[in-house]
Amino acid sequence: MSTAISLSDLKKSFGQMEIIRGVNLDIRKGERHAIIGPNGAGKSTLFHLISGHYQPTSGKVLLNGEDISGVMPHEIYRKGLARSFQVTNIFPNLNVYENIRCGALWSCDQGYSFWRQVDDLEDINLKTEQILEKINLTHRYKVSASLMSYAEQRALEIGITLAGGAQVIMLDEPTAGMSIGETEQAVELIRSVTEDKTLVIVEHDMGVVFDLADRISVLVYGKIIATDSPSAIRSNKLVQEAYLGTEMISDA
Amino acid sequence: MSHLTRICRAESVVRKKRLRILWLCFAVILLALPLVTSNFGITILTQICVASVFALAYNMLLGQGGMLSFGHAVYFGLGGYASIHLMELVGNGVPVPLVLTPLFGGLFGLIAAFLIGSFSTRRAGTVFAMISFGIAELVAASAIILVSFFGGEEGVSSDRTMGPAFFGYEMIPQIEVYYFAAVWFFLATYAMYHFSRSPAGRLANAVRDNAERTQFIGYNPQKIRLVSFVASGFFAGVAGGIFAIQYEIVTDSNLNTAASGLVMLQAYIGGIGYFVGPVIGAIVMTLLNTVVSGVTDLWLLYTGLLFIGTVLLAPNGLTGLIMMHTDAYHNRKLATLIKPYLLGMLPLTAAFIGVVSLLEMFSHRNEAAVGDDSMLLFYIDVDISTWFPWVGFTLLSLLGLAGLRVVIPVVRASWDAANEMQILSNSTINNESDS
Amino acid sequence: MFETIIFSLLNGLVYGLLLFLLSSGLTLIFSMMGVLNLAHAGFYMLSAYFAYSISIHLGFWYGLLFAPLIVGFIGAMVERYGLRKVHKFGHVPELIFTFGVAFLLEELVQFVWGRNQLAYNKPEILEGSLFTLFGADFPIYKMFMLIVSVVIFIILLSVLKYTRTGLIIRAAVGHPNVVGMLGHNVPLIFMVTFGVGTALAGIAGAIAGPVLGTYPGMASGLGGIMFVVVIFGGLGSLGGAFIASLMIGLIQTFAIAIDASLSDVFLLMDIVITEQTFMYDIWVTSLSQVAPLIPYLMMVVMLIFRPAGLMGARES
Repeated sequence: MSTAISLSDLKKSFGQMEIIRGVNLDIRKGERHAIIGPNGAGKSTLFHLISGHYQPTSGKVLLNGEDISGVMPHEIYRKGLARSFQVTNIFPNLNVYENIRCGALWSCDQGYSFWRQVDDLEDINLKTEQILEKINLTHRYKVSASLMSYAEQRALEIGITLAGGAQVIMLDEPTAGMSIGETEQAVELIRSVTEDKTLVIVEHDMGVVFDLADRISVLVYGKIIATDSPSAIRSNKLVQEAYLGTEMISDA
Repeated sequence: MSHLTRICRAESVVRKKRLRILWLCFAVILLALPLVTSNFGITILTQICVASVFALAYNMLLGQGGMLSFGHAVYFGLGGYASIHLMELVGNGVPVPLVLTPLFGGLFGLIAAFLIGSFSTRRAGTVFAMISFGIAELVAASAIILVSFFGGEEGVSSDRTMGPAFFGYEMIPQIEVYYFAAVWFFLATYAMYHFSRSPAGRLANAVRDNAERTQFIGYNPQKIRLVSFVASGFFAGVAGGIFAIQYEIVTDSNLNTAASGLVMLQAYIGGIGYFVGPVIGAIVMTLLNTVVSGVTDLWLLYTGLLFIGTVLLAPNGLTGLIMMHTDAYHNRKLATLIKPYLLGMLPLTAAFIGVVSLLEMFSHRNEAAVGDDSMLLFYIDVDISTWFPWVGFTLLSLLGLAGLRVVIPVVRASWDAANEMQILSNSTINNESDS
Repeated sequence: MFETIIFSLLNGLVYGLLLFLLSSGLTLIFSMMGVLNLAHAGFYMLSAYFAYSISIHLGFWYGLLFAPLIVGFIGAMVERYGLRKVHKFGHVPELIFTFGVAFLLEELVQFVWGRNQLAYNKPEILEGSLFTLFGADFPIYKMFMLIVSVVIFIILLSVLKYTRTGLIIRAAVGHPNVVGMLGHNVPLIFMVTFGVGTALAGIAGAIAGPVLGTYPGMASGLGGIMFVVVIFGGLGSLGGAFIASLMIGLIQTFAIAIDASLSDVFLLMDIVITEQTFMYDIWVTSLSQVAPLIPYLMMVVMLIFRPAGLMGARES
């Protein structure tokens, strides 16, 4: 099986602080891969490094075998990697429909066109409507994004990430702050929309992690201490030590 | 076909039909307006056309792209200077119909905007605003020094009637100039609206809202800003070209920071959140500039007060005040607002007359020759050497302000009532962000 | 030649320190609130007018004392009843608001005091020259301006360094939201900061009025240069503003004193510029003519290559 994302000896420092201290990880094509770890382990930083939001201090990021370390975020996106954010990161004054449509624009080969009219672009509107249906926001399509509930905004966040049809999807704590019912819905949503795609997910809710993931990596203080199947991770001694005091295992 | 798809298609058809009617109305109004005004009116209408194109171009940056520029008159002015030079060339025998001048001005503005925008659009916010201000100061100072292109303090001038006639159309009478400006106004407005509905226009909105996120949907925010900036520079240059034809002279006062500030005022007072906002602002400000300035020396003070009032009390501008009533309109409750509004107008008018009179009397006392104590205020002869008008207008102002305090809650309550149904039943319809 | 250098140095120093007096208030406001106050020069002008009005009734010294206080109070009120309202909408509306205040101040000043330059005079003891060098006089008043600027600078520095308020301010530089987390009354701090900042501009206005002229254009005349100073030095950096003030003060005074143009340089290389030469007007423009342009050029170049400025920590 070939790899979608491959990290080799990836490091990132902020001043004196080394946050990511040499990460090696291969994420296979088509798998759902979860990254877990205690607070401050560097999970979000790792996401920022892969998606080009931060530049690595040293080491390499490969996407489908191509070196993307130091490449601008929009170019990484164009190579087929889309991500969502932990803190909701949408276009607040655009309505839901426009939010999704913006997310789909690049994949419809529109570039920076200023002569075509978005309303006349059949394929892009169709794509937008499909995504809206998937994230269950069809009935809210005209509402300004800033006026929606928190859970709806999280769904929209995922929708924008998916709209371009990227093959590698990275979700940063998609269910953070959701109620139990909302979380269940979100998991179903994530499962259905990432069919046939590679998913990398950072999540604190162990229920979600063990429910979704094919494989799990545990990140502790900037290093990956284990990568394995959920059942193997559950019984891993190192992981249990790292999580001592938090009841991750019993939770799941 | 999904349910939503069907709705969207139906809505899209309706909207297109409605838009076509709106454009038609716009064209008819532009054509018919000169029939109902005097010569002076036609001059003002021409000015409104120029100001509207410029303000719309400006709002491509501020309202749609979130870029606050304190130096956009640079592109207007450069377009104007270039157009004057073109007119000179035409006068010397170069066979170009002068009706195309604005296109030439626009190209000049476009090139300038591309050169400057290629570095100034790297950042938005305060840094962009300050670069635009610095460039504007630089260009304005250069305009005085570089005499061969800018003509120094006197500026450059030319004659619009020297070129070959365009289908018998020579632009000698003011009415022909108006129609020339009106046609360009229509074309430019149409093109700018078209732009706002294109991928580049939508992306400009996205960058305005959240530049970071656009990177993660595959776009370079700087490039999006640059596209908007260049387009905006083009239309500012078009406006400069129309201006050059109308006035046949362009000076440094057309591209300095004061001119840049004025266009921001226009766009903001009109309402930067709406496509038509800048046009409303341009109309109001042009009227202040022409009609009100003929009546009082204090018109710039009133402009400033209007602007500060807009920023504090109506951040969505005059258009926002009008659009506040769409919900009531959909509820068919607009009529219920007439009475409270009339009631509100009473103290508002009193306060307005009182305050304006006090300001005018104060200014008259300062400025007029000693002994010249009589003046005309709201069709009333007033002698400011007596105490009576001072006390009277002070009382009127206070009465009006006190009345406003009483009336505003009433007006607000009726406005809430007229909009209430809407919140319950079809909140989804009018929350559409019209940006 | 030598006296030109000495006098340009002294004049540049006086002008530079005046710029710093102005820009220190602007920097203070920016570092605490994140707002670039476009009306800052307007308050400077307003203070000159107040100082004039007070001086004709009570004398120069009362003007110097009260005008900055009144202007500081007005500034605090503008913050309380204006800026605070638009603060929640973000930086662009704040900039627009302060632009509006600047516009209005210029009109208000003309409305109250008229369009002409006022006869705001120096007090008698500060008339006359301090010393004469190579036949040229150095006025006492300029020395007075120099001393006032330096004294204010020292007071500001010691307040920042040795008081609790200074500690809060230093903590807040570059992190306006931290102050609130530390449990301070942020709206009050903002109001006081804005008041103190505008009062500093007020002091500059009161002492500059008699030499630079008290007229409606005095705000826009100096306002632009002031923005150059704070941006060149780095938004929010007092040290940067200090260096940039002196730099721009000196460069401008020296540029005015030098009456050479590019054509003179070409002449040294035996290239003669005539009216037929391409872009004739650029080559014959003397340095003194482009002096007003230099600061803006410096600012634009700085913004292109180092948007944070000389010593600025953050980019906004």
